[in-house]
Amino acid sequence: MLTDTDIKTIVLTIDGIAVTGSPEETVLQVARRHDIYIPTLCYHEELAPYGGCRLCLVDIKGMRGLTTSCTTKIAPGMEVVTESPEIERTRRITMELMLADHPMECLICAQNEHCELQKVAAYLGIDNIRFPATRERLPLDTSNPFFIFDPNKCILCGRCVRTCVDRQGLGAIGLNARGAATIVGTARDLPLVGSSCESCGECVVRCPVGARANRDYLHPTRYTKSVCTFCGTGCGMLIGTRGGKIVAVEGDPDSRVSHGNLCVKGRYGFKFVNSPKRLTTPLIKRNGVFEEATWDEALDLVASKFKEYLGDQFAAVSSSRGTNEENYIVQKFTRAVMGTNNVDNCARLCHSPTVAGLSKAFGTGGGTNPVDDIAGAECIFVIGSNTTEAHPVAGVQVRKAAEHATLIVADPREIELAQHADLWLPLRPGTDVALLMGIARVIVEEGLHDPEFIAARVGNFDEFVQALAPYDLATVEQITGVPRESIVKAARLYASTKPALLMYSLGITEHSHGSDNVQAIANLALLTGNVGKPSAGVMPMRGQNNVQGACDMGCGPNYYQGYQYVTQPENKLKFEQAWGAPMRDDIGLTLVEYFEQALAGKIKALYVVGMDVAYSIADANHIQEALRRMDFVVFQDIFLSGSAEFADVVLPAASFAEKDGTFTNLERRVQLLHPAIPPVGDAKPDWWITCEIAKRMGAQGFDYANAAEIMDEIARLTPSFAGLSFARLDAEGGIQWPCTDPDHPGTPRLHVEKFNTPTGLGHLAPLVYRPSAESPDEEYPFLLSTGRSLNHFHLAMTSKVTGLMELEPEETVRMHPDDADHLGIEHGEMVKVSSRRGSLEVRANIVDNLQPGMAWMTFHFYESPTNVLTNLALDPVSKTPEFKVTAIKIEKLTNASAKKAKR
Amino acid sequence: MTFTDLQQQARKKWQALKQGDTPIIWIGAATCGLAAGAGEVMEAVRAALEEHHIVATIIPVGCIGPCFLEPLLDIEKPGAPRISYAQLTPEKAVEVVLAYLTQNDPRPDLALGTLGGEMPGIPRLFDHPNLKPQVRIATRNCGLLNPDDIDHYLAAEGYTGLARALTMTPDAVIDEVLASGLRGRGGAGFPTGQKWRFARQATGSPKYLVCNADEGDPGAFMDRSLLESDPHSVLEGMLIAAYAIGATEGYIYIRSEYPLAIERLRGAIAQMEQCRLLGDYILGTDFSFHLQIKEGAGAFVCGEETALIASIEGKRGMPNPRPPFPANAGLWGKPTNINNVETLSNVPAILAKGADWYASHGSGKNKGTKTFSLTGKINWSGLIEVPLGTPLSEVIYTIGGGIVDNGTFKAVQTGGPSGGCLPASLDYLPIEYESLAAAGSIMGSGGLVVLDEKTCVVDLARYFLTFTQSESCGKCPPCRLGTKQMLTILERICAGQGQPEDLDLLEELAFAIKAGSLCGLGQTAPNPVVTTLRYFHDEYDAHVREGRCPAGVCTALIHYLILEDKCTGCQRCKRECPQQCISGEKKNPHTIDQSACIKCGACFEVCKFAAVEVV
Repeated sequence: MLTDTDIKTIVLTIDGIAVTGSPEETVLQVARRHDIYIPTLCYHEELAPYGGCRLCLVDIKGMRGLTTSCTTKIAPGMEVVTESPEIERTRRITMELMLADHPMECLICAQNEHCELQKVAAYLGIDNIRFPATRERLPLDTSNPFFIFDPNKCILCGRCVRTCVDRQGLGAIGLNARGAATIVGTARDLPLVGSSCESCGECVVRCPVGARANRDYLHPTRYTKSVCTFCGTGCGMLIGTRGGKIVAVEGDPDSRVSHGNLCVKGRYGFKFVNSPKRLTTPLIKRNGVFEEATWDEALDLVASKFKEYLGDQFAAVSSSRGTNEENYIVQKFTRAVMGTNNVDNCARLCHSPTVAGLSKAFGTGGGTNPVDDIAGAECIFVIGSNTTEAHPVAGVQVRKAAEHATLIVADPREIELAQHADLWLPLRPGTDVALLMGIARVIVEEGLHDPEFIAARVGNFDEFVQALAPYDLATVEQITGVPRESIVKAARLYASTKPALLMYSLGITEHSHGSDNVQAIANLALLTGNVGKPSAGVMPMRGQNNVQGACDMGCGPNYYQGYQYVTQPENKLKFEQAWGAPMRDDIGLTLVEYFEQALAGKIKALYVVGMDVAYSIADANHIQEALRRMDFVVFQDIFLSGSAEFADVVLPAASFAEKDGTFTNLERRVQLLHPAIPPVGDAKPDWWITCEIAKRMGAQGFDYANAAEIMDEIARLTPSFAGLSFARLDAEGGIQWPCTDPDHPGTPRLHVEKFNTPTGLGHLAPLVYRPSAESPDEEYPFLLSTGRSLNHFHLAMTSKVTGLMELEPEETVRMHPDDADHLGIEHGEMVKVSSRRGSLEVRANIVDNLQPGMAWMTFHFYESPTNVLTNLALDPVSKTPEFKVTAIKIEKLTNASAKKAKR
Repeated sequence: MTFTDLQQQARKKWQALKQGDTPIIWIGAATCGLAAGAGEVMEAVRAALEEHHIVATIIPVGCIGPCFLEPLLDIEKPGAPRISYAQLTPEKAVEVVLAYLTQNDPRPDLALGTLGGEMPGIPRLFDHPNLKPQVRIATRNCGLLNPDDIDHYLAAEGYTGLARALTMTPDAVIDEVLASGLRGRGGAGFPTGQKWRFARQATGSPKYLVCNADEGDPGAFMDRSLLESDPHSVLEGMLIAAYAIGATEGYIYIRSEYPLAIERLRGAIAQMEQCRLLGDYILGTDFSFHLQIKEGAGAFVCGEETALIASIEGKRGMPNPRPPFPANAGLWGKPTNINNVETLSNVPAILAKGADWYASHGSGKNKGTKTFSLTGKINWSGLIEVPLGTPLSEVIYTIGGGIVDNGTFKAVQTGGPSGGCLPASLDYLPIEYESLAAAGSIMGSGGLVVLDEKTCVVDLARYFLTFTQSESCGKCPPCRLGTKQMLTILERICAGQGQPEDLDLLEELAFAIKAGSLCGLGQTAPNPVVTTLRYFHDEYDAHVREGRCPAGVCTALIHYLILEDKCTGCQRCKRECPQQCISGEKKNPHTIDQSACIKCGACFEVCKFAAVEVV
């Protein structure tokens, strides 16, 4: 933002009018600020000036010829003329030339009335085109399911190319050919789908004409601010609606996280909301068949059944996709009404090791830095995070930062970021502790650690140094498969390029030693003093849109919201008083333990809010068996998901677009949603449903008029949220907790002064490397790892979006060419994949970014439920299963079954 | 090793070569010579020497300039001057070599001239009317020494300019270049010293020096010839420039279509590194400079500074608006100075001999010399170097030897495809940046295409527009689309479908393209059209109003007629006609069936009696 003094710095005249501007402003910017119109087509305020369209030419006294106002910085005393016969003549001919080649299909063009070419033509009063078209009609690129490219309408302003290259750091498109044949295209002229295009649609946003246009586009009549639900980044979105339906989604330029950017899912994945497959009425299973029911019938049934299972026979799964308010209500219900601490959320399957590991190291389980800090980092170390696919908008920031910063990527696969990296460490899955301790040892041995920081802020350096002894380079190389030179180089780069950010995700946490992995990461940050500073810290890339919030809101068996531990007597007292019910001070069960206990006959009733438990947990067959054993299962979701078949009652929930509430993203930013449309059918917000069950069970304290009242209660009972309210979030945008009073600005970075540990010091973990629970052997010779892909988000939501299914229609098992060759497996052939726990049939996908002996799958398809294969070996601290390392075998199908599988 | 040591060692080696007992055979083996057959000549000579057990040193050299004399071979016997022989075939070359080396017969009948001494019956080479008016500064060593041997260059006072510069302050070096009056030979003519000063004063580190060797004009070969014939003169110029502006990193941006020049440069760079003339602490001073060769993919626009920078950065070669100027924010956003090959090759001479000496050549604001690729309908084509201010007429009639086939000089295109077409009536113009600009053309990098009366200027403009249009980078509409529309109109006119209004449209387009285009490519692209419209409006009028191409070039506008009174009925045209549309009995006048004639001109070409007329 410019201050008044800046603006007054430079005085110049435009068309004889005295105006003022700052030294950084261009003539065009100053003119616009003073409502002086200068036509432009290639200029876009979010892109660097290009000077290509030649329409913003002005005459500046003393400068030779005409000058582009978009590229020329103002200077004191400058005399600018924006209209003259020469300028007019040049602009008119330039426009005539462009219009000669532009199809005059304006009334049936997606950009009609929004077209900048129309606007300039109207401004110039073009009434005649004296030139014929210079080119034949060119074919359209219709390969992308969400938008088309019509080169005939393209005016080559370069905005799409600059968006893709400069803003997205991708460069899937560029200018091809020369002269009048110049055309926007992909490398080797491939169709968009098939190129490196990520379908983010940012190019469409910036096209001034209808050359890049969304398919089936209807202009919304109303926009509602909301937050994307397709990962933990928390991108701001504007939901465009018309007639009670979502017709478009645009990036929210005011978002402090995404600054207007969205990925393919955020922009185009909204169609699940209005999917005909949405649950619109409660269902009660009678004689094994779901029958539609009224809310009263369903809620009364649930309330009366839950009354039968009070105490530890009951367990609740809260939804990491629901709002903070809803998560708060589920844990309050579980603790205050059901009388148990058996409440958990799907963080148990992903980032519970983060909460555990970072709490030990730093005292707080949250990510330390904001997403915006990525841009300022001099070094970024990404480990176990396929950021550009799993958190695309944050991934773009990393990719952009890598243009100037040092990027180190540790991943068994040569993920896209590895191609932008200065150093790629292709470690064997599950060997992170060895790698990170090895790096730590080099840092210490070479004296690259930060002694001042360690002396002031770290407690146990000497003890830690002892623990490094086993991690000599030879050993680490042997365990991890990473060449020793790379280990040394990584240590030197990370330790000596400051500020440095460490980013990680489930490649770190989903192991039987996930908490150790997280601590190993924290070790590096503590050793080098890379924490508590701008662009220096540890960023866990959290997967679900509100998994941070679900944890913050106390949906864990050991703490109330704000990580107030149930075992502490003062907390028991506090919540007994606040909620008017006796509290338990013993820790409840974790998510995976629910199912073990169900099989043991101890957990009998389960309340699942918004989670596909039957398919999302490792060893899915085992979990499904446990679900069958339970007496009473309630499912609350927006779709009749795969897990719903195990339910006795299904309750239809409102989607994120249909309610208000808050989500907390991976940088601890609490952001407010607004309802864009009313709930579809008879669906209700989750908080309302849970409160109704509670009330029907005779509980007090569940009479909320709206979600804002719930937030007020959270603020009252949670020191780190004390300053939050809907009114404030609405006025200020997202706020990062801790926010301890209404005047507190929030906390962009944690641990600036001291750590949140009892001593205030950071804790270096003297870790011992433990191998994964399962390793490939003769019978199961491949190591399977799993992850998320760009075009999908778990199971139910994206599978309802036709375009996303078109981009990626089915599961495949990714294999190394040598392995495929050895097994005689062809690309695209159906194969059988088996582990000790289950098997499935899936198409083989021969790729070049895997190590030999490794296989990789997503978990996005019910038809090939990957988690029947994965291993339920748990991290002893966080009880998170080992999704990332499974021993499997891959077999060719027999002739008969192969024939059946043929499409 | 000090510079003096280097120089002495090189001089010794040179003297041993020149004063030894072994005859030397110098063969012009730049790309032009090789294309004319120098490779075959060399092989034939080598084989003959072997066969006759004659010991002689064969040295491939670069190009001395006169392409029309290629292949050129010089023989230098101990104690005798170097004698040049021109337009050799392998057989003729062997004949000369054997005659001179075995029978001591220098064959004055076949000799072109002597170098470095006199020989009765043979004129001095530089007395040749093509060479005599020339002043060789940039090309001072071209064709005279071995471009692959740094010692030859050192022996010819090479690197003395650098040695002197290193004893001066950078600012003093810049002052010297400023005082010399040297201007950018890439075309724009900006004072080189001033450009250096901007780069020197710019803040930022490192600073880059780029040699622009992306010679893109069709028919231009000055830079190629310089780099193939005397790479060290350019490299020494780069070192001096780098020292003056404070650059530590350098690039030579050269089109990959110049493989021999690239090979010579690589070899030269390797030798410089060995001699500590490149790298860290050059010649033991604090001055360090590192050099890389970047091969361009042959886009004309990459000769434009900002496009060239984009190309080195690995981006599509597209220009960017200035400011910021490369001097402040160039390669990788750092201060960057870009000089053309010829500019740089002048620099060592200026430093070695002084600014006053350089400024004593040329005229007024146009000091020194300029090289040109003299081509077209000229008798003596080739690379020439003349003092600025030399009249066009001297270049065309004296140095160029006049028009081929005793034709009439009609016009000359200066400055390549972006230049203008100047009529014969302006042949008095001195070749100076300002005079050419005033006449609507440009100096450009040095293309001179001479046209005779058989050239149609509309067709010529069409030709050049075809080139600029296809080389437009596509970034800005005036250039991308404007040149295309211009070309379409010119094609229409040449096809006989032009309308008088088309000439107004051409003027309109020319205005907008010049005023509106982003870079020099677009801003100058209309020049051939503008100048031909200005000087040859009648010829356009003939096309669009009278349906006639006065030069007889535009096939749609011409007819071949057989003149009854001249035709002898020899039937030659009838036999040659690919359409078999000529009829007539033997010894009776023939006629052409106009409906079938494709106007290929075969009849016209073969008629010995001038009985076929173009109308």
